[in-house]
Amino acid sequence: MFNFDIFFQSAVKQSIPLLLGSTGETLTEKSGNLNLGIPGIMYVGAISGVIGSFFYENHLNAAEAAINPFLGICIPLLCSLLGSLLMGLLYCFLTVNLRANQNVTGLAMTTFGVGFGNFFGGSLIKLTGSSVPSISLRETSKCFQKTLPFADRMGVVGTMFFSYGFLAYAAIVIAICAAFFLRKTRLGLQLRAVGENPGTADAAGINVSRYKYAATCIGSMIAGLGGLYYVMDYASGVWSNNAFGDRGWLAIALVIFTVWKPDFSILASILFGGLYILYLYIPTGTNMAIKEIYKMFPYLVTIAVLIIMSVRNRKENQPPAALGLPYFREDR
Amino acid sequence: MKNKTKNGIGLHIVKRDAIPWYKAMGIRGLALLISIAVCAIVTWALTRQSPLGVMQTIFLGSFASTRRFWVMMQDLSVLLLISLAMAPAFRMRFWNIGGEGQVMIGCLATAACMINFGKSLPNGLVILISLIAAVCAGGIWGLVPAVCKAKWNTNETLFTLMMNYVAIQLCAYFIIIWESPKGSGKVGIINQKSHAGWLPTIGKYKYLLTVIVAAAITVFIFCYMNYSKHGYELAVVGESQKTAKYVGISVGKVIVRTMVLSGAICGLTGFMLVAGSDHTITTTLASGRGFTAVLVAWMAKFNPFGMIFTSFLLTFMSKGAGEVASNFNLNESFSDILTSIIIFFLIGCEFFIQYRIVRQKEAK
Repeated sequence: MFNFDIFFQSAVKQSIPLLLGSTGETLTEKSGNLNLGIPGIMYVGAISGVIGSFFYENHLNAAEAAINPFLGICIPLLCSLLGSLLMGLLYCFLTVNLRANQNVTGLAMTTFGVGFGNFFGGSLIKLTGSSVPSISLRETSKCFQKTLPFADRMGVVGTMFFSYGFLAYAAIVIAICAAFFLRKTRLGLQLRAVGENPGTADAAGINVSRYKYAATCIGSMIAGLGGLYYVMDYASGVWSNNAFGDRGWLAIALVIFTVWKPDFSILASILFGGLYILYLYIPTGTNMAIKEIYKMFPYLVTIAVLIIMSVRNRKENQPPAALGLPYFREDR
Repeated sequence: MKNKTKNGIGLHIVKRDAIPWYKAMGIRGLALLISIAVCAIVTWALTRQSPLGVMQTIFLGSFASTRRFWVMMQDLSVLLLISLAMAPAFRMRFWNIGGEGQVMIGCLATAACMINFGKSLPNGLVILISLIAAVCAGGIWGLVPAVCKAKWNTNETLFTLMMNYVAIQLCAYFIIIWESPKGSGKVGIINQKSHAGWLPTIGKYKYLLTVIVAAAITVFIFCYMNYSKHGYELAVVGESQKTAKYVGISVGKVIVRTMVLSGAICGLTGFMLVAGSDHTITTTLASGRGFTAVLVAWMAKFNPFGMIFTSFLLTFMSKGAGEVASNFNLNESFSDILTSIIIFFLIGCEFFIQYRIVRQKEAK
């Protein structure tokens, strides 16, 4: 039996990492940096949070104390933000200061980030000499999964709109704030100027490097939260290698799909989340293979959007003009 | 650009006109040495082994036995082949990061031919048909983004990236259709008894053929990029599309032609993987090498012979790191960390080749 409310709920749960990733990447791309390291950064964000809370839970077990919800949330959150911030700084240092190619740097960051995540996910127990069999952070996860107290009593509406952990709502707020920032504020205008034409922005007295740094680092931190949400809330605190999968690339696809508009991304990410799990709900009978074709949909849709956008060639729907291009004042 | 430090000494970045090759190589060598030192420190921090012992383990990862040596050569050749495919497109500033998908679709085409024609056609014909099918499939996977780029200026980086997953999902679909035994989720060894469609092995060296193909393609790409009209045209398009148009080069045609070549070589790599060495198909057969190849090509500055070295370096390090990891019961992803540290240093050091930092006295 198909329950729309349950389907919607799972779609939303799938959508939150995508939404956070795409919001972060949109901010980054608006500064002209095409950060293909986002999948790696999301892994680093996730594993940093896991490492933080792993130590905290081990400490609790040793002291036989109950978890403090405030610390239980703050420690992984701060670790995750710090981890993804460092990745953002590395990307900026290489592309802005050392003027390395953005695609190459991004791909290297993805290799590094995914490797970093899987390495520590697979070796953390061995490295710390801990006695637990696998990384399972149930206590921390319970803090992250805490829903509003009245969600259970509201029936369908409760399931559809109030049954998520706080990071889900944070993701939506961040996306709305980012959209407002880009469209309505002076800083946002200047950031877009940097992404469209850094030469002109520089001439107008905007510090291009500073904007690129700020946008990329904040974008990385937002994307890192997506990884944290995935492991702490969606996966109930259980780390398994490569479970995060290709969601990072899907987040980059989402940026194109939403034509660089974070607020539109809220709905679009739910659509993508729905497409991502659609195969579980379509009755296929004995034909298991067709499910793999359904999993292709998000990418096909993105390709279609990419082509349609370039064919129609409308000014407001184009990628930032200087996307992927380095900027050196001397080269102008 | 002037960054004034607190003591009033300005640091000033100046673009170098030209740098003698030995100096450029020296800078790269230095970066490589520093990166290896950093890798040693990281490994020491995680395993508490003396760096020399670790170096030895890394070396043994590729050279401990003839079998390991050949596995390393096989991986090197595959990585080199994909990198060679990327190089012409990058020279043209066409960011094809769809190598992964182009290889996978080549694998899929080969596997399809082996499974469907393996019983009915003679062995040589099956090999020929799968080769053609793989090259065409890879070529088509390169053609589609290239046509869109040429016609409507569609962003090729994002397009080729998405094409990867379309290819991988297609593979996943057919793997379930072809799975044997049913329900295992795997295709298993194709034509295990008849060996139909399997490439012949030269002597007792299973991987030698891939190495030879890689060497031949290296020479071909070198000549194509340096001594052919096509190679010249794509270099001009890469430097400036306006110049290319002005001198009468059809930019769209060059883009499409180069990308078809790029995709076709990736398809060939897929063919070598399925028909030559693995004789099966999984969704992770390319195992991220489509992305690593971008880095290999870039670090060698698109020089095919340089790519032999960079792909050796990365394969050697990843085999070695894998050995270290398995010795200490660590996760095999350790190799990704070490190789990416080396990559970071090598792409960072290009700055010091193109620019120099001059210290200047407080002016005026």
